Amino acid sequence: MTKLTHLTIAKALKGLKNKDFTAKELTEAHISAIETSRSLNAFITETPDIALKQAEESDKRRASGTTGLLDGIPIAVKDLFCTKGVQTTAGSHILEGFIPTYESTVTANLFDNGAVMLGKTNLDEFAMGSSNTTSYFGNVINPWKNQNKPEADLVPGGSSGGSSSAVAARLALGATGTDTGGSIRQPAAFTGTVGIKPTYGRCSRWGTVAFSSSLDQAGAFARTVEDTALMLQAMAGHDPKDSTSAQKDVPDWSAALNDDIKGLKIGIPKEYRLDGMPEDIEKLWQQGMEWLKESGAEIVDVSLPHTKYALPAYYIIAPAEASSNLARYDGVRYGLRVEGEDLQGMYENTRAEGFGDEVKRRIMIGTYALSAGYYDAYYIKAQKVRRLIAEDFTKAYEQCDALLTPTAPSAAFAIGEKEDDPIKMYLNDVFTVPASLAGLPGMSVPAGLDHDGLPLGLQIIGKAWDEQTVLNIGKTIEKSAQFAAMPQMVVQKAA
Amino acid sequence: MLEIQAEHRKTLNMTIDKETVQKVAGLARIKVTDAEQEKLAPQLSHIIGWIEQLSEVNTDNVEPLANVVDITPPLRKDEVTDGGYPADVLANAPEELEGFFVVPKVIE
Repeated sequence: MTKLTHLTIAKALKGLKNKDFTAKELTEAHISAIETSRSLNAFITETPDIALKQAEESDKRRASGTTGLLDGIPIAVKDLFCTKGVQTTAGSHILEGFIPTYESTVTANLFDNGAVMLGKTNLDEFAMGSSNTTSYFGNVINPWKNQNKPEADLVPGGSSGGSSSAVAARLALGATGTDTGGSIRQPAAFTGTVGIKPTYGRCSRWGTVAFSSSLDQAGAFARTVEDTALMLQAMAGHDPKDSTSAQKDVPDWSAALNDDIKGLKIGIPKEYRLDGMPEDIEKLWQQGMEWLKESGAEIVDVSLPHTKYALPAYYIIAPAEASSNLARYDGVRYGLRVEGEDLQGMYENTRAEGFGDEVKRRIMIGTYALSAGYYDAYYIKAQKVRRLIAEDFTKAYEQCDALLTPTAPSAAFAIGEKEDDPIKMYLNDVFTVPASLAGLPGMSVPAGLDHDGLPLGLQIIGKAWDEQTVLNIGKTIEKSAQFAAMPQMVVQKAA
Repeated sequence: MLEIQAEHRKTLNMTIDKETVQKVAGLARIKVTDAEQEKLAPQLSHIIGWIEQLSEVNTDNVEPLANVVDITPPLRKDEVTDGGYPADVLANAPEELEGFFVVPKVIE
C-alpha cells in the first residue's frame, strides 16, 4: 500500500471512506513525518495535540455519517492566518508570542469542512519575500536539491515557503497559502507542487494578517490539481466580515473538473518572453503549448503591452498599503514592546527591533511614496498604471479564454543568492505580479524538470471568477506532463 | 506637453539622501541608527530609481484603479453586531491595567 503521507487528498478521502485507515492513523503518519523533517524548518509552530484531537473527532463524525468535504485530511496552515489559541507570528519578531482570540474565516471554513491542522508554516516576514529568507524564525529549506550542486540548500520560494516545502516533502496533504504578488504560485513552481490563487474576493481576508489589502488573497497548495480544487472549495466563500469578499456561491470545482479543453483559446503573451530566460523554461513553455494543442485547444498570440511596468507599479502599491497596514504594530495592543524615553520612543524602538530589514525597507518605500508632495507622482501614478495593466488583460480576453506562461523566470536557487540587490529578488515575481494587480485567478502546475533536476512550473491565468477553466487547463497539463518526480529526501525516506 | 513631462521626470528623478531616510523613518516610527541610514540611503534610492520607469507610461486621462474586481461594497445597518469581550481584546497586550491598555506617560 502507498505510504499514507504519499496519498493525494482525493485518495485519502476514499481510503477514509472505505475504512482502509482512520483519520487518526493518517494524522499520526504526518506528525511523525514532520518530526523527522525538522531540518527543513517548514513549521514555526507544530500542533500535534490539536491535530490528534481533530482527527479523533473526525473519526467519530465519519462513524456517525456526517462528514465534511475535507474530513480527516491533515493540512498545514501558513502562519499568516490567525488561529484561535495558537501562536500566529506572520514570520515576524514583532508578533512572536501573539495568540489570537479568534479564528480567521479561511481556517474556520477548513475546520468546518473537517480539516485537521498539523501546524503553522514558516513564511517570509509579513509575506514580504520570494525566497523565505526574511523570516525571523529562520530560512525554510526546499526538499529538492540541484543534482549538479547537491551540497547547496535551495530556497522553497516565497512567501509561502513553509507551505510549499511541507507539501513537497510529504509532511502535509495540502496547505494554505496567501498570494499578494506570486507568493503561492512561485513557491509551488520551486517545489514541484500545485498552487492556486483564486480571483481577488473569493476568499475572505478576515483574520489573515494584512500585507497589501488590495492584492492579498488566500489560496491553496497540494500535489494534484484536483486536490487544490478541493482545498479551495473548502476555504472560499462570502464573508460579511470582509467587505471585499464576493457575494458569490462557491462552485463545485472538484466535481466539474475535467480535461476537456477542446475549442478553448489559450493566449500566449509575447511580453513574457524575456531576454536571458533559461532555455529549459522556454522549452517547457513551448511543450505546454503543444500539450494544449494536442488536447484540442487553439493557441493564440496576444499582447499585454504594460507587462514591463507591473513590477515597478507593484513596488509602489504593495509597500504603500503595507506601510499603512503595519502601522498597527505599535507595542500597545499586542506583540513586542520595547520601552523608550517616551511614547514616541517606545513606538520607534519597538518597530526598530520588531521588524526585519526587508519589512523596514518596504515600509519606508511606502511611507516615502505616500508622503506629502510625492503621493500623486508615485501612488496615484502606480494606480493609473495598474488600470492599464488590468485593461491589457481585458483586451487579451477578447481573443482568448485563458493565458499560459511560465510561473517564474528561474528554478529554485541557493539560499543566499539574489540577496545583494533587492530588485534581483523582486524579479522572481515578474510573471505572477501582473495577474495579481488585475485580481485574476492564477495557478502553477509542475510540468517538468530542468537540467539540474529541479522542478519547473507553468502558470495558467484565467478570467475573473473563472477558476474552473484555470483548473481544467491545469488538469490537462498535469495529465500530459505526468510529473511524478519527487524530492531526493522523499525518495530516500520512502526506500 | 512634452516639456511638462520632461519637467515632471526631473522632479521625480531624485536620490534619497541620509536626511530623507531619517525623515521617512520618523514618519514610519522606526528608529534608524546613523549606520543604518548610510546603508538605507543608496538602497532606497536604487529601488525608487527603478520604480521611476513608470514615468515613461502615458497615463493621461487614465483613472487610478483602487478596486480591482467588480464588487460594490455591500452596506449594512449601522448597528452593533459584535463585541463585549474586553478580556479577549486585552489578552495580548504587553501591559494592561483594570481593563485598559497601558502606554508610557504622554502628559507631563
